[in-house]
Amino acid sequence: MTKEHANWSPYDNNGGTCVAIAGADYCVIAADTRMSTGYSILTRDYSKISKLADKSFMASSGFQADVKALQKVLSSRHLIYQHQHNKQMSCPAMAQLLSNTLYYKRFFPYYAFNVLGGLDSEGKGCVFTYDAVGSYERVGYSAQGSGATLITPFLDNQLKSPSPLLLPAKDAVTPLSEAEAVDLVKTCFSSATERDIYTGDSVEIIILNANGVRRETEQLRKD
Amino acid sequence: MFRNQYDTDVTTWSPAGRLFQVEYAMEAVKQGSAAIGLRSKTHVVLACVNKANSELSSHQRKIFKVDDHIGVAIAGLTADGRVLSRYMRSECINYGYTYESPLPVGRLVVQLADKAQVCTQRSWKRPYGVGLLVAGLDESGAHLYYNCPSGNYFEYQAFAIGSRSQAAKTYLERKFEKFPESSRDDLVKDALFAIRETLQGEKLTSSVCTIAVVGVGEAFNILDQETVQALINEFEISGEEAPTNESAAEQAGGDADSAPDQSGAAAEGEAAPMDI
Repeated sequence: MTKEHANWSPYDNNGGTCVAIAGADYCVIAADTRMSTGYSILTRDYSKISKLADKSFMASSGFQADVKALQKVLSSRHLIYQHQHNKQMSCPAMAQLLSNTLYYKRFFPYYAFNVLGGLDSEGKGCVFTYDAVGSYERVGYSAQGSGATLITPFLDNQLKSPSPLLLPAKDAVTPLSEAEAVDLVKTCFSSATERDIYTGDSVEIIILNANGVRRETEQLRKD
Repeated sequence: MFRNQYDTDVTTWSPAGRLFQVEYAMEAVKQGSAAIGLRSKTHVVLACVNKANSELSSHQRKIFKVDDHIGVAIAGLTADGRVLSRYMRSECINYGYTYESPLPVGRLVVQLADKAQVCTQRSWKRPYGVGLLVAGLDESGAHLYYNCPSGNYFEYQAFAIGSRSQAAKTYLERKFEKFPESSRDDLVKDALFAIRETLQGEKLTSSVCTIAVVGVGEAFNILDQETVQALINEFEISGEEAPTNESAAEQAGGDADSAPDQSGAAAEGEAAPMDI
C-alpha cells in the first residue's frame, strides 16, 4: 500500500547560501554566486541578490526560477506603490509585502528561502527572515540556504548581539562596526565553503548605509 | 451645437452621420484648462496651465508619469484622466513584466484609443471626457500623440488642447519647423512661451503652469517649481514680448538694459503678441 509518487517535480534546488546582518546604522546582505543542480555546477557567477527598493535588498536561495519570478512580482508591485504614493516603499512595508506575496501561493509555494535586508525609517539596519510560505520575523541577523546550518551558530557566537532565542525579544542589532561585520561575513562564507558543496566560487556582499550602497566581491574556493 | 433629438444616446446616429454624444465629449476637452506638447528628435516636453479654483485649494494634477519613458498631460474631466492614467501605468507594468522592456508608445496609444472607442459603442457607457497628450520615447524615437474621446489618435510635432489652446497652436505653427533640431532647453522655452499665449495677458509664473520633460538619457520627470520659475525669469518671459527669430538675435546681441526698455514699450502697445 505504498503511495504512488510523481515522476516529475516542478521544483529544483539550485543551492547556495544567503546571509544578512543588521547594524546600528548599516546593513550587510551577502550571498554566494554558485548555481548548482544535483551534483553539477550550472554557473559560478549568478547573483542571488536583488534590489527591491532604495533601502531594501533581498537575497534568496532555493529554486532560482521561482526566485526570479518572485523578484519580478515584487518589482512590479513596488512600481504600483510608487505611482500611488509618490515615494519608495520602506523596508518594513516591503517585508510585509514579501510575506503576503509568499502566502498568496500557500498551496503551490515559491521554493525560495529569503532574507530581506535594509534600513528602516530611522536609518537603523533591519533584517527580516522568511520561510517558503511567508512566515517572517525581524531579527538582527540571519542565514538561509544550504550553508545556513554551518553559519548560524557561528554568527550566534561572534556577533555579540542578544540572542534571538531569548524572551522577551530584544532589539538584536549588532554592536559591531560596519567593517567588522563585513569581515565576519567573509569569514562565514569561507568556512561554509569548506564543508558545503553547494556554497563557493565567490560571495557578493552589499553594504547599505546612510551614504548609499556599496558592493564587494570576494573569491571563494571553486571546488 | 444645439440640443436635438439625436443627442440623448451615444448609440444613436444623427441623419447627418454624427454621434452627438461623442462630439459633446470633445467639447468637454475644449472647456478644460490648456495643455500643450512639443517634441524634437530626442526630447518631448509637456506643459499645462494649473489654475486652482480658489486660493484655499490646491492645484489639480494634470500631468502624470506613466512610466520612465512615457508621460501624459490631460485636458477635460480630470477624474477620467486619472482613471486612464492608471490604466496606462498598469499596461506599462504588465508589458515590462512579460517582456522586460519598455512598452512602445505607439502600442500604448492604440490600446488607449480602442478603450475610448468601446465607450462610443455601448448604450450603458459614456465617452471619456478627457483629451490626452501622450509623450514618450521608444526605440523609434521621440513621440507626441493626442488621444481624443472619440477613439481617434494622431501623432504630432506639437499640439495644444483645452481652453484658449488656439493661441498656443498659432504660436506653435510658427515655430514647429525648428523643433526637430531644438535642444531640450529651447523646447522648454518654447513650451513656456506657448503657455503664455494661452494666458492672454495674465502673468506667467511657476504657480500657474507645470512642465514635464522626457528624453534620451532623461526619464520622464515633472520639473519642480523653483526650476520653472528660474527658467521663466531667465527667459524674461513673465510679461514681455515673445521674441521672434529676428529680434531674438538682436536681443542676444544687445545688453540687458535695452531689453526692459523694448518690452516696456511693447506692453503699452497692442496686446496681440502674434503681430510681428
